[in-house]
Amino acid sequence: MSAPHEVEIGQQLPPLTVRVNRADLIRYAGASLDFNPVHWNERFATEVGLPGVIAHGMLTMAFASRVVTDWVDDPTALLEHGVRFTKPVVIPDDPDGTEVEFTGTVADKGPDGTVRVKLSATCAGKSVLARAYAVLRLE
Amino acid sequence: MTLSRSIIGHTYEPLAPYAVTAGKITEFADAIGEQNPIYREVGAAVAAGHPGQIAPPTFPVILNLRAIEAVVRSPEFGAGSPVLVHVDQSFIHHRPARSGDELVLTTTIDDVTSRAGHDVVTVRGEIATTTGEPVTTCRSRLIVRGGTE
Repeated sequence: MSAPHEVEIGQQLPPLTVRVNRADLIRYAGASLDFNPVHWNERFATEVGLPGVIAHGMLTMAFASRVVTDWVDDPTALLEHGVRFTKPVVIPDDPDGTEVEFTGTVADKGPDGTVRVKLSATCAGKSVLARAYAVLRLE
Repeated sequence: MTLSRSIIGHTYEPLAPYAVTAGKITEFADAIGEQNPIYREVGAAVAAGHPGQIAPPTFPVILNLRAIEAVVRSPEFGAGSPVLVHVDQSFIHHRPARSGDELVLTTTIDDVTSRAGHDVVTVRGEIATTTGEPVTTCRSRLIVRGGTE
């Protein structure tokens, strides 16, 4: 972990690439108790107008938060985080699934030792999160 | 049919307390690929100054979703099960949830707006221990489709 004085605005955090398949969605459904059928039932997903089974937005958010929790020694430094879900992450029915790439950039430093990180998530070249951010306290 | 704006400001009493367990935390960490031992081993969490195994930052979704599902089944949301589309989500952490916590979530409808003929509901969930210690503030915006026939 970098000490606050070493953190510079514009600094890139180590990026994270995650490959997600349908088994991962089932596992997350059980862990989060989110059994919305759009995340496991192709018929239901297409009936409600989706291109297919989609990842839980909250799973994408959890991966995005890992960009910051992997960066610091103490993940409880994460005070606040938020995302807007702009585009569904469609998960094909094959073992390879799909890849989502996450980045983080230091956007601001507060006088109180807090750091604001702008996050991004991209799937197949398209952004899937907007206004994604995290606020950390680095001591 | 649209939701009545009179529900803005309405607060829903918590459901039964949710008991955070070490096993559930590990299961959740596995599902999001989180390898940090602080989420997996009591020893690592204690060494980092916590009284017990702590939960990853999006773990409160378990309580938040359960509360939202209860809210949209309340009479003011009409009959049937509405389809929910998650628009955005934020968490403010007052302290990490941890194994042994008994947590309750109090839901407030912060706003109701319209977008393309659908209701967009802003729900705030205040998570605290049963003894009143604040843990996490959750904010969710959801498109609510159907269920108001």
